[in-house]
Amino acid sequence: MTVPRERDAEDCLVAVQGASFGYDASPVLREVSLSVRARDFIGVVGPSGSGKTSLLRLLLGTARPQRGTVSRQPGLAVAYVPQLETVNWNFPVTVGECVLMARTERRLPWSSRSERVEVSSVLDRLGIGGLAGRHIRELSGGQQQRMFIARALLRRPQLLLMDEPTTGVDIASRHDMLHLLADLNAEGMAILLTTHDLNGVAAHLPQLVALQRTVVAAGPPQDVITPSVLERTFGAPMEVLEHLGIPVVLDRSWTASS
Amino acid sequence: MMEAVLDPFAYSFFVKGVIVATLAGGLCGLIGVYITLRGMSYIGHGLSHAIFGGFAASSIISLNYYLGAGVWGLASALAINRVTRSRRIGADAAIGVITTASFALGVALLTFFGNKGPSFDAALFGSIIGVSAADVWALLAITGFTGAVVFLHYRALLFATFDPDVADVSGVRVARTDALLMLILSLSILATLTVIGVTLVAATLVIPAVVARMLTQRFARMLWLSSAIGAACGFVGMNLSYHLDVPSGTTIVLTGALVFGVVLLITGGRRLQRTGRLDDHRGVAPAATA
Repeated sequence: MTVPRERDAEDCLVAVQGASFGYDASPVLREVSLSVRARDFIGVVGPSGSGKTSLLRLLLGTARPQRGTVSRQPGLAVAYVPQLETVNWNFPVTVGECVLMARTERRLPWSSRSERVEVSSVLDRLGIGGLAGRHIRELSGGQQQRMFIARALLRRPQLLLMDEPTTGVDIASRHDMLHLLADLNAEGMAILLTTHDLNGVAAHLPQLVALQRTVVAAGPPQDVITPSVLERTFGAPMEVLEHLGIPVVLDRSWTASS
Repeated sequence: MMEAVLDPFAYSFFVKGVIVATLAGGLCGLIGVYITLRGMSYIGHGLSHAIFGGFAASSIISLNYYLGAGVWGLASALAINRVTRSRRIGADAAIGVITTASFALGVALLTFFGNKGPSFDAALFGSIIGVSAADVWALLAITGFTGAVVFLHYRALLFATFDPDVADVSGVRVARTDALLMLILSLSILATLTVIGVTLVAATLVIPAVVARMLTQRFARMLWLSSAIGAACGFVGMNLSYHLDVPSGTTIVLTGALVFGVVLLITGGRRLQRTGRLDDHRGVAPAATA
């Protein structure tokens, strides 16, 4: 299934066409078609094991489809923010050292004056200025996520890919994060993130893709957050209400039993 | 008392031994930081055993030890790294399979054909008198090369160690960086085997790095601290080896273990937590202390 929108070829940053991917004999993604254009802000929703992270790997180019194609705009600058759960928080690096990792072009171990100014400026912008000297474990979940966004921004990406960026962060931090991402998107950066948080994240994004090994539905939240699509995606009956024009999902099996 | 301490420095074999032990300790301390943080602490143990296979093979065909064992060790290291990165089996299993087979082959070759090079005991536990001038020059060259690699690839090595997946999409050639690390690791183990021995070289990679991790939260500081601790343990251990008449590898490792115990005693158990799951990149819940 393809995202049902007309795409201008020169606007397309990454295009996945009929891609299938798996580990060993078990397929994780089947016949997935999806394209990301400049200024897109897309949320990929689906339960654990639906292939969200594998789709990110295809978009990043760290995995190759066994069938189908993934094409990227030549010279595309992509940055990736990993899941907090996959990070080794005992690793001996400070926030400043972690952010500076993005500057891979420089050979010398120490940072230049312009790099220090840039790191300080991006940390200030993300509201974690003054934490550059702290060890990464000493930050809250929201601050840790901002640190990785800062590292990504230092690469000046055209496309930012994020794996479950709101997992492990509190409600206030999630709210701030969505505003920050909306600002970055408004400045021209395309963003694609994965999430399983339908009410807290997905419902607030302009475009969604429901994934269950293949694309179940794609489009604005009103078209994707529907009982039929959600049941096919998550395998459980769900009710969808509307509040201030935003869809709100209720787990029907839970509400029925309580 | 002072005379007794300085007495062995009158012998050139001891001076060479001390130089090699100090350099080897510093070198292993430096590389050990990357190895422990990558969850490959066991690789030093495995690779030294693998190199023993190359040592035996090159001894039998009268090939230069550094060339034969070096190529053997590098091939083993690259194979381990490739299997580990593929995530099909864990690093410990990959090291266990590849290196113990190589060690067994070395023992079998020496049993069949006899040993024409350094003694079996010296290869296993290190020897204070087994150090030649060529060993000193080889170690100096390898230390210089390793220092240059770490300096010039500092950011790539750090990023590929901390988060290889993100590094890969951020312009770091992770496969090449990994291969470079395996090269300097193989060369370092090769150059230190004569003094420290096959069975004990792993400790010189792990102990200084773990002690340094207990003392600092910064990567750059951990690098030089670990190197300094390794060098100090090499120097003191080699002196103890002479005075106690015990194999040098044993005294170097025991000195490192003593330093670990003292630092643990001074800093307390909380610092030891920093080294807990040092290599675990999965399932570590982020703290929310701020």
